[in-house]
Amino acid sequence: MSNANHSEIIELDVRTDEMLVNMGPQHPSTHGVLRLVLRTDGEVVSEAVPHIGYLHRCAEKIGENLTPRQFVPYTDRMDYLAGMNMNLGWSLAVEKLLNYDLPEKVRHTRVMIAELNRIASHLVGMGTYGLDLGTFSPFLYAFREREKILDLLEWVCGARLTYSYITPGGVTADLPSDWIDKCRQFLDQFEPQIPDYHTLLTTNAIFIKRTTGIGIMSADMAIAYGCSGPVLRGSGVDHDLRRDGEPRYRSMYEGYDFEVIVEKNGSYPKDQVYPAVPEEAVLGDCWHRFYVRMLEVIQAIKLIRQGMDFYQKSSGDWGTPIKLATKLPKGEAYLETECPRGQMGFYVVSDGGDSVPRRARARSSCFSNLSVVEELCRGGLIADIPAIVGSLDIVMGEIDR
Amino acid sequence: MIDEAFIETLKNRFGGKISGANLENVDPWIEVTSAGLVEVCRYLKQEPTIAFDYLNSICVVDYCETDPKKAAKVKWQPHLEVVYHVSSIRHKTTGVIKVMLPRWKEDVEGQIPELPSVTDVWRAADWHEREAYDLSGVLFVGHQNLRRILCPEDWVGHPLRKDYEMPLEYHGIRGR
Repeated sequence: MSNANHSEIIELDVRTDEMLVNMGPQHPSTHGVLRLVLRTDGEVVSEAVPHIGYLHRCAEKIGENLTPRQFVPYTDRMDYLAGMNMNLGWSLAVEKLLNYDLPEKVRHTRVMIAELNRIASHLVGMGTYGLDLGTFSPFLYAFREREKILDLLEWVCGARLTYSYITPGGVTADLPSDWIDKCRQFLDQFEPQIPDYHTLLTTNAIFIKRTTGIGIMSADMAIAYGCSGPVLRGSGVDHDLRRDGEPRYRSMYEGYDFEVIVEKNGSYPKDQVYPAVPEEAVLGDCWHRFYVRMLEVIQAIKLIRQGMDFYQKSSGDWGTPIKLATKLPKGEAYLETECPRGQMGFYVVSDGGDSVPRRARARSSCFSNLSVVEELCRGGLIADIPAIVGSLDIVMGEIDR
Repeated sequence: MIDEAFIETLKNRFGGKISGANLENVDPWIEVTSAGLVEVCRYLKQEPTIAFDYLNSICVVDYCETDPKKAAKVKWQPHLEVVYHVSSIRHKTTGVIKVMLPRWKEDVEGQIPELPSVTDVWRAADWHEREAYDLSGVLFVGHQNLRRILCPEDWVGHPLRKDYEMPLEYHGIRGR
């Protein structure tokens, strides 16, 4: 199977007609809200048009009627698999507009929490991707580990999915006293289990066959479509906002030692002990997008370990969340953060003298990532479409406005 | 990235097509006329020293005060701002381009204003322009497939306009 044009394999003595097929929901995080309309000729897809917008939650409109802190719970519901990262993006954008300085302790708390959520999100992304392709065990293993992360996050803020923990001005509460120890225990237990996922997925012959060489996205195409996150890096573009982003976001990761996962000069980082890239894999195909996520989990663990040390050394308090009635200064601020699925941007516009922004805009990564589907699926086979859509790891809540 | 020298070079090159700039804001922006938008965008993308090859977002801000008490105090005239957030992967820089539009074309209420499409410059503009058209009501001239993207195709009105009113019913479903 490859992304090449399959029209030549249609035998002429088998008569096929063009057909319009409605496909999906098929991926666990697109349940009910993504419909693909395929134009097929036999097994070959000549056109795939995604239809979105079944959620209709009016998040941006609500943002225009609430104060920044009241809007935080709505950002949770955008990417509900990485609520902490969404809170972080919105909080930073508001803080940028207010020109707000944070205590050192908040910075390290936010890094730890955001990276923990990144692991949880990648576990779901990778587990359900296996599920899309017909392997069930990695899904269960991934969810088992994710539960433990959710326990940690629940301990911090009381919620398992919609956290609202990171808020403009800091975080809503300090970390519980034993939290760091429990988190360290979790990492020590989780890290040795990562090879299991590689055994079940990365080196699995069927998995390799189903994902290599399909849905190939070149670096230029990824940039032109505004793709971001693992989708962009899977195409070999060395861009990560944690390293290249805005000063306000980048400075959060100052002093941390981590690597941006991307294929450089034909290989991934040399020191990694995990399986090599199979020969069939082409840069920018589904397999590379999956692999970037797998390796990012390891980097996230590294970041959390550093964050715990920094946190224990840092003094000060956990910040003072801004008051609900805080007046926003006249002006506007746009800030993008590196979320598990890519760059999430928040835009706050204020006309001055009011505590409610004039415009609260969310630019989501999945929105751009999904717009490529039309081009990636063209000329492929029907069986490849779940593999392509799954490799983009979309969450429909993010696409909604 | 956007500073006085940058604005100066742009003004020398495009003259009146650069209608203004704001350097005081947290994110400084340049203001372009709608006639010069595509030309300026293409230049910003292709010039190697700037290389804004990545379109982050297109967003429309509606400046209209619906509350009559507050409307008496505001200083601005009602208008729309179309905001383009762009960045350069190569130089790790970001920029903001703005276009000012009237709320209605030729002041006829219901006639949405027009703006040339930048889909030829950035492919990513395709969905973003559809979204801006759908939710804020800006007609992007030259867009290949300008259909509603989030609302149903027979939906009336543009929900992110400040004076938008929820329909009383839609296909027999009660709205308010």
